[in-house]
Amino acid sequence: MLETIRLIEAAQITDVVAQLCVQANTCLGEDIRAALTQAHACETLPLAVNSLDVLLKNADIAQREALPICQDTGMAVVFVRLGEQVHVQGSMTAAIHEGVRRGYRAGYCRNSVVRDPIDRINTGDNTPAVIHVELVPGSELHITVAPKGFGSENMSALRMLNPSDGLDGVKQFVLETAKAAGPNACPPMIIGVGVGGTMEKCALLAKQALLREVGSTHDVSAWAQVEQALLAQINALGIGPAGFGGNTTALAVHIEIYPTHIAGLPVAVNIGCHATRHCSAVL
Amino acid sequence: MHITSPIAAQDIQRLRVGDSVLLSGIIYTARDAAHQRLTDLLAAGEPLPFDLRGQAIYYAGPCPAPPGRAIGSIGPTTSTRMDSYTPALLQAGLRVMIGKGARNSAVIDAIREHGAVYLAAVGGAGALLSQCVSHAEPVAFADLGTEAIVRLTICNMPLVVAVDCMGRQLYH
Repeated sequence: MLETIRLIEAAQITDVVAQLCVQANTCLGEDIRAALTQAHACETLPLAVNSLDVLLKNADIAQREALPICQDTGMAVVFVRLGEQVHVQGSMTAAIHEGVRRGYRAGYCRNSVVRDPIDRINTGDNTPAVIHVELVPGSELHITVAPKGFGSENMSALRMLNPSDGLDGVKQFVLETAKAAGPNACPPMIIGVGVGGTMEKCALLAKQALLREVGSTHDVSAWAQVEQALLAQINALGIGPAGFGGNTTALAVHIEIYPTHIAGLPVAVNIGCHATRHCSAVL
Repeated sequence: MHITSPIAAQDIQRLRVGDSVLLSGIIYTARDAAHQRLTDLLAAGEPLPFDLRGQAIYYAGPCPAPPGRAIGSIGPTTSTRMDSYTPALLQAGLRVMIGKGARNSAVIDAIREHGAVYLAAVGGAGALLSQCVSHAEPVAFADLGTEAIVRLTICNMPLVVAVDCMGRQLYH
């Protein structure tokens, strides 16, 4: 049987990516807003209450005035789930970069990308994006834009543990990384954790974990319990909103796992700030 | 507590770690690349593009200003990246720093030595903080784009004293 091929114009992808860049940078996710509101009700220290108040007001101002939530509008990380029956007419890669270029300009977002990590000349249009493409069955094209700021990205870490380190080793590393992140990562944080795979797969899992809805739990109950236990331990650190002290150091811990090698136990921790921006669309 | 920048030395001495303040007046943006250039100029014995004595630096790189606004979103960046440059700038007269996150012990010692203060803003509140800025005037290093030095006129910027002139710290 002949499979139908669906054609998508590259220009459509550019338009969608541009819109998602603006939306992600100006509109705080409803899940995060709800978590911040809940945290606000649970804090007693004046500096913690005030900081959460500032963050909620900031989100309102950003949305109302169409201003970026944060001046660090990040490096644009773009996740594409490309249906195997889709054919893109034109270059999908070029279309995504063009979408980032247009979206960052239209949204008055900051150009934060330098062309070479050592010569550090700004590219002037926030390109290139970091693009991850996954082939999936079907005829749809899913796009997620996740602008990633480097206050939190710089506090992220990866370690290749030994299998004998086990679950305790994983938890210890997550806790250590969250503690070291402290006030620099703009708490309350979202903690994305990857466990398993290879080195690069593990890092990608941690980043994908940041895309999960805050308040959701892992499908596997044993991992859901690990998420809850880690969240409680991280909040007991007392770092608090903005790092000024308090009960809310993290809003969520999200773990993603993947099969791994008999000799390894990779763990990656990708720290997300209190805005952890991402927006998605389907073509 | 309302304070105005440049802050008089005796007013800096009254600030205590953990105090919430509303800062108005004049401050200058400078982050990584501008700090490199300022300290290069100091090392070469050349004049700085503005008189640093008694002044305040805000570790920030703003978004572009939308039409009708003085500036785009402008929250604090992580201060520790400026630590290696900071003692030289304090030596040259800098008295107030605004950023987010802890400072290293060399900076805290220099803050104590020079009677300076480090103020923290809430990280990630760039939209709200942009509303405190009424005027922005380029001062130097325009080629650095968002990392250029800009002179800001601000009103009631909400900040917390994170290291006071005695070297006491808010972050642990």
